[in-house]
Amino acid sequence: MNPALAVVTPYTVPAGLMDALQVTVLVLIAAGATAVVVIREPVRQVIALSAYGVLLAVLFLAFQAPDVTLSELTVGSVVLPMLLLLTLAKVRRREK
Amino acid sequence: MHVFPFVVVAWILVVGLYGIVTSRHLVHQIVCLIVVQSSTYVLLLGVGYRTGAVAPYFFDIPGRTPAVDPVVQALALTDVVVEAAVTALLLAFAVQAHKRFGTLDPQELVQLKG
Amino acid sequence: MTPALRRWIFLAGAAGLVAFYLWGLVGLPGFGDYPGPYGDIINRIAVGQTNATGVVSAVNFEYRGIDTVGEEFILFVAAAGVSVVLRHLRSEREREALDEAREAPPTSDAVRYVALILTGPIVVFGWWLASHAQTSPSGGFQGGVVLTTAFVLIYLAGQFLAFQRISPTDLTEAVEAVGAGGFAAVGVGAVALGLAYLTNFLPLGSTPGGVFSSGTIALISFFVGIEVAAAFVLIVGELVEQTLLVREGTK
Repeated sequence: MNPALAVVTPYTVPAGLMDALQVTVLVLIAAGATAVVVIREPVRQVIALSAYGVLLAVLFLAFQAPDVTLSELTVGSVVLPMLLLLTLAKVRRREK
Repeated sequence: MHVFPFVVVAWILVVGLYGIVTSRHLVHQIVCLIVVQSSTYVLLLGVGYRTGAVAPYFFDIPGRTPAVDPVVQALALTDVVVEAAVTALLLAFAVQAHKRFGTLDPQELVQLKG
Repeated sequence: MTPALRRWIFLAGAAGLVAFYLWGLVGLPGFGDYPGPYGDIINRIAVGQTNATGVVSAVNFEYRGIDTVGEEFILFVAAAGVSVVLRHLRSEREREALDEAREAPPTSDAVRYVALILTGPIVVFGWWLASHAQTSPSGGFQGGVVLTTAFVLIYLAGQFLAFQRISPTDLTEAVEAVGAGGFAAVGVGAVALGLAYLTNFLPLGSTPGGVFSSGTIALISFFVGIEVAAAFVLIVGELVEQTLLVREGTK
C-alpha cells in the first residue's frame, strides 16, 4: 500500500483551548460588526469590511470549515471591497 | 458556551438592520446588508458544529472519525459566493440611481417621483 | 416620518424579533451537541459511494446537485443583470481608455511588482482548487473566485489597458456560457443514458480521492470554477468601464 495514503489519527486541539478561541473570535466579530455599521463614511467602512471579512474567515476555520474559509477570505476581503470602491469612485467622479 | 454563538448571531442581525434603517447613503446601506448576510453564515455553521470533531475530509484520517456536518458547510459555501454577485447587482442599481436622480440619500430618493 | 420616529419603530420591532428568537433558542440543542442524523449518515457513506474524500464537495455536486445548478444560475443572471443595468445612457459618451490610463495617479513600484509577481502563482492555485474538488478543501466556487483575484491584481498594478485587453467582453461571456451550459449539459448527459438528471455516470476510479476519481464531481467542479471566474471578471469589468463614462457637458 502506498505509504503516502497511510491512515493517521487526527490531532484534535484540547476542548478548552478550542472553546476559548471560538469565544474570543465571536466577541471580536460582534465588535467588528458594530464597527462596520457605526462608521458612516463609505470609504472607511469598506476598509472595516475588509478586516471583518478576515475575522469571519478565522471564525469559520475555528468552526472546522476550511472550504467556507477559502471562499469568505477571497470574497469578503478582495472582491467585495473592490466592487464597493469602484462604485464609490464612479459616484465621486460625477460629483466633481 | 451553549448559546453564546447564537446570541452573537442575533446581535449581528439587529445591528445590521439598525444600520439599514438609519442610513443616509446607499452604499453604506449595502455594506450593512452584507453584515446581515454574514450573520446567516455564522448561524449555519454554528448549527452544524460538534464538540471535538474535525473537518469532514477523509483523505488521511479513518472514515469513522466524528466530523462536523458537511451539508450546512455546502450551503454556506455557495451562499458566500452567490450573495457577492447579488450585491454587485445592488451596486449597479445604486450607480444608476445616482445617474438619474443625482443623490444617494435613501430618505430623499423615496420622495422623488419618476 | 421623521428619522427619530423611524428609529423608535425599528427598536420596537427589533425587540419583538429578538424576544421570539430567544424563545425559540431555548428549544434548540446547545452549541456543539449536534444531534441530527443527516450529517453522520453522509459522512459515513459518502466516501464509499462516490470515491470522493472531500465530503463537502460531494454534497455540493452530487447529493444536492440540483441546488447547486440553481445557485450557479443565480450567479449567471446576476452578471447578466449588471451588464443590462449599467448600459450606456443616451447622454453619455465614452472617454478614450488611453485618457483614463494617463490620468490615473501612478501606482507605487512596490504594489506593481508584488502584484505582477503573484499573478502567475495565483492562477495556478485557482486552477488547482477548481479541479481538485474531490480530494481536499477545494472546489469550483473557491477556485473561480481565486482566479478572479488574478485578473483583479493586474488592474490593481495599474495596468488598466492590459486588464481591458486580456478580458474582452465577448471572450469572457463565451467562457461564462460554457461553464454554465457545461454544468447543465453534464446533467442532461445522464438523462441521455436513461438515468435521472445529474446522476453520477462517469467511472468512479479506484482510489478514493485520486485525481481521476469520483466521476462527474470533478468535471462539474471544473465547469463551475470557470463560470464563477468569468462572471466576476465581467462584473468587475462593467464597473471599471463605468469610471470611463463621461456625461455630455462636463469634462
